[in-house]
Amino acid sequence: MIKLKINGTEREIDADEDTPLLWALRDEFDMTGTKFGCGVGLCGACTVHLDGVAVRGCQTAIGDVGASEVTTIEGIAGKAAEAVKAAWVDLQVPQCGYCQSGQIMSATALLTDNPKPSDDDIVTAMDGNACRCATYVRIHAAVKRASEMMEG
Amino acid sequence: MKIAHDFAPAEALALMKPDGVTNLSRRGFLGVSAGALLIGALLPAGQARAQASEAIKPGTRIPAFLELRSDGTVRLLSPFVEGGQGIATGAAQIVGEELDVHPSRFAVECAPPGPDYAVINGLRMTGGSFSTRSSYMVFRQLGASLRDMLIRAAAARLDVPRAELDTDDGVVRHAASGRSIVYADLVAEALKLEPASEVALRDPSTFRYIRQPMDRLDVRDKSTGKAVYAIDQKVEGMLYAAVVHGEHFGTEPTAIANEAETLTMSGVHAVHRLPGAVAVTANSWFRARKAVEQLEVTWTAPKPTGLDTIAADFSSAGMLAALKASTDKGVPAETVGDADAAFASAARLIEADYDAPYLAHGQLEPPSALARFNEDGTLELWISNQMPELFQMYAAKTADVPVEKVIVHSPMLGGFFGRHFLYGSSSPFFQAILLAKETGKPVKVLWSREEEFKMDAARPLSFSRFSAALDKDGMPVAIKVRTVGEGPIGRWFSSVFKDPVDSSAVEGIVAKPYAIPNRSMEYVKVVHPVTIAFWRSVGHSMNDYFSESFFDEIAAAGDKDPYELRRVLLQDKPRHLHLLDVVATMSGGWKRGPYEVEGVKRARGVSMASPFGSETATIAEVSIEDGSVRVHNLWIAFDPGSIVNPRIVQSQVESAAALGLSATLHEELPYEGGVRQVSNYDTYTILSRDEMPKVHVEIVESGEPMGGVGEPGLPGVAPAVVNAVAALTGQRIRSLPLAKATFGA
Repeated sequence: MIKLKINGTEREIDADEDTPLLWALRDEFDMTGTKFGCGVGLCGACTVHLDGVAVRGCQTAIGDVGASEVTTIEGIAGKAAEAVKAAWVDLQVPQCGYCQSGQIMSATALLTDNPKPSDDDIVTAMDGNACRCATYVRIHAAVKRASEMMEG
Repeated sequence: MKIAHDFAPAEALALMKPDGVTNLSRRGFLGVSAGALLIGALLPAGQARAQASEAIKPGTRIPAFLELRSDGTVRLLSPFVEGGQGIATGAAQIVGEELDVHPSRFAVECAPPGPDYAVINGLRMTGGSFSTRSSYMVFRQLGASLRDMLIRAAAARLDVPRAELDTDDGVVRHAASGRSIVYADLVAEALKLEPASEVALRDPSTFRYIRQPMDRLDVRDKSTGKAVYAIDQKVEGMLYAAVVHGEHFGTEPTAIANEAETLTMSGVHAVHRLPGAVAVTANSWFRARKAVEQLEVTWTAPKPTGLDTIAADFSSAGMLAALKASTDKGVPAETVGDADAAFASAARLIEADYDAPYLAHGQLEPPSALARFNEDGTLELWISNQMPELFQMYAAKTADVPVEKVIVHSPMLGGFFGRHFLYGSSSPFFQAILLAKETGKPVKVLWSREEEFKMDAARPLSFSRFSAALDKDGMPVAIKVRTVGEGPIGRWFSSVFKDPVDSSAVEGIVAKPYAIPNRSMEYVKVVHPVTIAFWRSVGHSMNDYFSESFFDEIAAAGDKDPYELRRVLLQDKPRHLHLLDVVATMSGGWKRGPYEVEGVKRARGVSMASPFGSETATIAEVSIEDGSVRVHNLWIAFDPGSIVNPRIVQSQVESAAALGLSATLHEELPYEGGVRQVSNYDTYTILSRDEMPKVHVEIVESGEPMGGVGEPGLPGVAPAVVNAVAALTGQRIRSLPLAKATFGA
């Protein structure tokens, strides 16, 4: 049994240590907001937070999580998260929407760390999150909008 | 049992062939006003078809589409699959406008299979940028009819003349007495009434919802992780399946050396042999995948050579060489004037070969399918698809159950781009059915990204040879094009579209608007061994690149400015001229360059395209960075005739333009030694965030018949970029992607 703390709740899972956090979340805990895209850390659809830091769920083995707190799109909260989700709705960011959980997780981690990111900061922090619908322009604007909301 | 590899192309869409309908032109078929309704086209059982044809006129039976709930919300069963294009929101706006219910109170679901939903001239699909234009009047009529019935029901209940009643956002009001009744309270009585044969539609000048930038209905769910896709489906007792296909497409597993050991692995339920694949079922997908990928499988050998299958020596370079080398006589695709005579007397001739590669769809949601045989004898499927009735029919054949026993759920799609038609074995749903049958349990098959890159059906590699004749003033007097290859219409819809000219192979080459008096376009069909597909904007995705780039070669040969030459050759086409004006104005006035911005040279290129009933003019601005092309700006003037939601239109055009740029710069699905040379996004490069240009879109509503929106932003991008590159570097790139070339400028 491996113990994980997910969105503030202690969970137990009977699975091998090399099981990626992504699949523990999706198949064992029925938390399907975190998406599978490439399986090798190239697309960012599976982005979650470990102690507030954005990581790829497909590249994070549950045996390595230890006491770190896992946060997913289902549990994300706080000033930055609320601002990001509100900005995503305000600017109507998603199209197919499949990558957006990961985008929001990366954006929230960025703004928690750096509430006033520059354009370059945004591109750098979000670079690992691909969007095949190419909603990049609205994502960029929404991160800036969220940053403004956090000030207000 | 019907299996995936029995799914022969020739047969694939034979079942789509509606009785008595032959030899349709695609244009006529896709024309909204075409008369004959091909009702029940997709119902193979004679009885069902007869019943459907006699009883049901698609798009008319209100209860099949609309449910008025007591909480004031409206459930709309849409014929269309939502995949990011915004059709669910658009449909709510259109119905809501006439029904008089605010679109935000609509819940839109993709309807189950059924003849009511065959609203595209008797056929049902989500594709061809066709949803809104085909259903605009259907949705308006449905909303207006139901509103009329609600008013009549209220008139009867209140015993007042109909004319004294009006509606107000879900309520029927009688102003004189101050009484009002909410829709849901009237619906039972309303639906007992005979729908009026004709109902007045709302005067467009009074529209409140149509043409407004209304919020998408799915944005909140998609911004909180709550949106549910096919991959997210789960049912009680379900097994997860992972598969590995043969490295060589079409090869079969013959032996599995470590099957017994594999069965002892944690969570593994069984090892399975499938047509062209092996599978493991397990109690989680990770365990299934881990097990299937360590199987030691022996596969049959591919054929050593030849182009009838993907042989051991098949390569995309070899395929292109075969297309170029073809000497077969073509069939005329467009003939105007006498091109041969014009060539014979020309002052100057030019010729150029153009090609574009196989492409993958690369939608971010990997394919999955969930199948469950229910105790009542039904087969229930949750599958990514853009044509539910077609999948239903093939599911019935695969499972050997009657078609009416197949229940199809069509969840929203994590990326569309043409991926989800039925292209032979490129969908996992056959496998899900076979495994559910074999295990006696519900099974969800999910393909890894690597399996998806192996199995995705490809945008066809394409080739056209262009030549033009110029007069002594440098004006083009004739153009000839020889297009060799195959399009997805010919592959998958040949039983419906009998025209020997495959429209999906030549669109973007024929029917260009320019006044070049002599034109001779021919098409030579050469079949690919590769499973080919529709890919966003289909034939336009490469052909407008070919023809609009060659246009600039004509301009260069005649020493003309490419923008000015387009104006001259469009002087009798006010719609096109206007778009050229608009796009020039948007970009600060036409200038080709090169010119300097912050010390770096840039240049611009222009293109036009007429895809899916819409018109576009595009200008691209490029520079060269570290030997590669960087696109700074795309200006797109877009005329789809008229629109429903400007914000959704804008995002669709942006998105299409970005996909077009991705293909222009990077994308390529090459074969060598019979094997695809890409396996994930590290080898199949797509546009990165850093490369996303500024995309400026201006919507022009000319009032011409409504055209498509989802695809038309794409075709103009490649030629505008390539023309800009030529202006900047002098290099004329005739083979995509640009990543293959290096630039010195």
